[in-house]
Amino acid sequence: MIEPISLVLAGALLAAASGLPGLFMRRANPWAQRIAAALMVLAGLAGIWGSARGIFGPPSTSFELPWPAVGGSLIGLDPLSAFFLIPIFLIASLSSVYGLGYWPQAEKPRTARRLQLFFGLLAGSMVLIALARHALAFLAGWETMALSAFFLVGLEDDRPECRKAGLVFLVAAHASTLALFGFFALWRSASGSFELAPLYGNLAGPAMAVLLGLGLAGFGLKAGFMPLHFWLPGAHAAAPSQASALLSGVVLKMGIYGLARMAWLLPATPAWWGGTLLALGALSGLLGVALALSQHDIKKLLAYHSVENIGIILMGMGLALLGRATGRSELFALGLAGCLLHVWNHALFKSLLFLGAGSAVHATGTRSLDALGGLARRMPWTAALFIAGAVAICGLPPLNGFVSEFLIYLGLFKGLAAGARGAALAVPVLAMIGALALACFVKAAGVAFLGEPRTPEAERAKESPASMIAPMAVLAALCAIIGLAPVLVAPALDAALSCLGAPALGSLAPMRELGIASAATLGLALVLALALARPIARARLAPTWDCGYARPDPRMQYSSSSFARSVNGIFAWAIRAPKEPRKLQGAFPAAERLEAESGDPVLDGALMHSFRGLERLSRFCHRFQRGLAQKYILYILIALMLLALASLPFGQALPFGQAGGPK
Amino acid sequence: MTILGVLVRLAILLACSPLLLGVINKTKALAAGRKGAPLVQPYHDIAKLLRKSLTLSRTTSWVFVAGPIAGLASVIVASMVLPFGPSKAPLAFGGDMILFAYLFGLSRFFTTAAALDTGSAFEGMGASREAFFACLAEPALLLAFLALSARSSSLSLSGMLQSRPGNPDMPFVLVCVGLFIVLLAENCRIPIDDPTTHLELTMIHEAMVLDHGGPLLGLVEYASAMKLLVLESLLARLLFPFGVHGAWLDWAFLALGAVGIAAVIGLLESSMARLKMRRVPYLLTGAILLCGSAFILLAGAA
Repeated sequence: MIEPISLVLAGALLAAASGLPGLFMRRANPWAQRIAAALMVLAGLAGIWGSARGIFGPPSTSFELPWPAVGGSLIGLDPLSAFFLIPIFLIASLSSVYGLGYWPQAEKPRTARRLQLFFGLLAGSMVLIALARHALAFLAGWETMALSAFFLVGLEDDRPECRKAGLVFLVAAHASTLALFGFFALWRSASGSFELAPLYGNLAGPAMAVLLGLGLAGFGLKAGFMPLHFWLPGAHAAAPSQASALLSGVVLKMGIYGLARMAWLLPATPAWWGGTLLALGALSGLLGVALALSQHDIKKLLAYHSVENIGIILMGMGLALLGRATGRSELFALGLAGCLLHVWNHALFKSLLFLGAGSAVHATGTRSLDALGGLARRMPWTAALFIAGAVAICGLPPLNGFVSEFLIYLGLFKGLAAGARGAALAVPVLAMIGALALACFVKAAGVAFLGEPRTPEAERAKESPASMIAPMAVLAALCAIIGLAPVLVAPALDAALSCLGAPALGSLAPMRELGIASAATLGLALVLALALARPIARARLAPTWDCGYARPDPRMQYSSSSFARSVNGIFAWAIRAPKEPRKLQGAFPAAERLEAESGDPVLDGALMHSFRGLERLSRFCHRFQRGLAQKYILYILIALMLLALASLPFGQALPFGQAGGPK
Repeated sequence: MTILGVLVRLAILLACSPLLLGVINKTKALAAGRKGAPLVQPYHDIAKLLRKSLTLSRTTSWVFVAGPIAGLASVIVASMVLPFGPSKAPLAFGGDMILFAYLFGLSRFFTTAAALDTGSAFEGMGASREAFFACLAEPALLLAFLALSARSSSLSLSGMLQSRPGNPDMPFVLVCVGLFIVLLAENCRIPIDDPTTHLELTMIHEAMVLDHGGPLLGLVEYASAMKLLVLESLLARLLFPFGVHGAWLDWAFLALGAVGIAAVIGLLESSMARLKMRRVPYLLTGAILLCGSAFILLAGAA
């Protein structure tokens, strides 16, 4: 019998090496890509098998890697690692199959080999992070992940937008690594070793606070919650869609994994830490979805939605840690279960949505929502799968998003009974997030896929090949399975929960009843659809009735900006408001344009502003540094004179004067 | 027991819900000094629509049909978590109020998507408004549940709606008013939306279903009647002492509550006009504040 961890390692090596054979082949050889995808699928099978066994296996199968420079490094597999490993392997292998149709090597010879190489490395490095039990192994994985993700974001380096997104990503990724350097250095001084093992001793308050703060900055920059999300929308929109699926669905979760692992390392975090995470999660959820709603680029909209979902995940974790710190075990269990299940769910439906959006982009060549429309009749599979993903991400009943949001809701309601009343105030916030997400995804799905095509490109769109549809169908099926039979995931959740010391879900969560309700809804809808099948088949076809308006035009349809405008009104305080059009004046007004895209409040508002200040400061300093040797000699002379002046005993001037004064 | 509960519920929903629309219309007619259509008129209307043949727009896809279907399916499942008269909820569990709220969300998703599927600007406008107002109605509903949960220390709708002896206190009244506003919003009644308006620009729900006809419109009408009944029975549960005086009186309370609230809606609709669109958010924010204050009062006292 092979050890589960060996299977996972084999998967990681296969994944990391999947792009290598392509380097020895001709640039446009399609076999390079096929081999990469096959290796990745193989890696996925081995990895998922190993991690599935790891979830239910004994928690501490660790072994030592010979690494003389640091005296050996440890890796290990426990249910928490295995829980995060499954989406890595699943999404990576499905996305690489999708890439066969989306980014064919024969058509994109310049970038395809690079894409496969770094895609594989990214997957492999994430496995290393999840397995690491030693700070250096963790940081090695973290840095490899950051760099390979950077190359994926900036893959199309001939486009300025991608270069800019890549640069911002690189800066944020390294700020994150820097914070983690600090975190692990402090960890070494607190625990006496670079090994990652739970620290049961009590840390002094300030040391704990600094440790948590550094972890929050380091892992938060990777998870991308507000206000550390600024690099995320640009990066995820710029990358090719299958890479966006991996970046949004899985790479962000490494930040969450880091926070979860930190909670495992420090079993005695204070209550304020849980409260902070809960508040940050609520903020991130609300503003993330508000910003998503104001986007018109379908991939940017999805990227901002990741900020929202990370917020929901963080709310679950905050609730759990609040429960742990205050000894309320049911809050601990429900919050953590909601958090972890949402990690899986978000990986499934966000990848599904990115792949679906990619399919639409592939068919029409544009990411702008307002240039799409009517794709449901031209690309029925893509549209149906995208809408399934949209229902799931809104947390609506028959699909998986509802189950994880339900667990967090239930935890918050339980908190009310258990005396954590402040936490219950997150309930209306979560409700508002849900309603806003619904508005956002009705907009995205409705404007892109429903109605009439708004441009000739959308009119000519063709359905994507089966290699792109099949991975999406697998993801949608998994969303449906978790939604209809949440009982199936309860054992995996329990195993991961016990790893962090939380009680099992058991009777806390009504998984069976949720499954019954979801199945009843779906069944009832199917029965009604069957009953309507005959009248629909016989229906007379006519144009849409436009209230007597004689010549309706596709451009008169509600666009993404008009749909979102009224909702954006209530978030005007947070969103950088789009420019209002000027009033047209005169009988023959001049040409006027309106841009309704809103920038990011953190990146375009705060960060760019402060960096511009920094730039002004540097420009001022630049005056003194012109590269003229004479000037530098002058500076040296001035410095010497100043030093000489400083060494004169001005301080003793008075006694000296007294000594030499008149007698 | 459970099977019986499901059947009883289905029978009541199917048989009694259109009557409430009749009651509202009759009240409005009487208040305006007219004789009005007979109480059973909505039954005739729905039956006529269901018999008709179907006309579909060439623009639409399967989503257009999914709107009415999701609307009906979700309201039926939502009714299963609610106690009806003396009959207990067949699907009661801790946290079922979240399922209740989110099933309405599911119905809203497909109704608004179906509206966008027609490609008509008017329907898009209705969908946008519906999605916007839901962003304020949803938190109000969940805050009301939070307050009720704090009051009864129960996590299930059946427990929250258990009648408690004693005089109604302030937070309770606040929750009831807040829930009534949510009920008006969810059912598209005046002052949020006017179901009888003839001007497309001022419509919300009616605008979204402009293109639905025949059996599809029949389903939409039927589902909205059921939604009215479900939300009214929720509110009636709070207003009357259910489960104290025996099963028959409970049925009477349910009937009295549902018809009574429908009559109140009718009187309200006869006495005031629809709010301006930009005023509606203020009313809904008012509902949030009412339910939120009730929650703070209850949680502070507990």
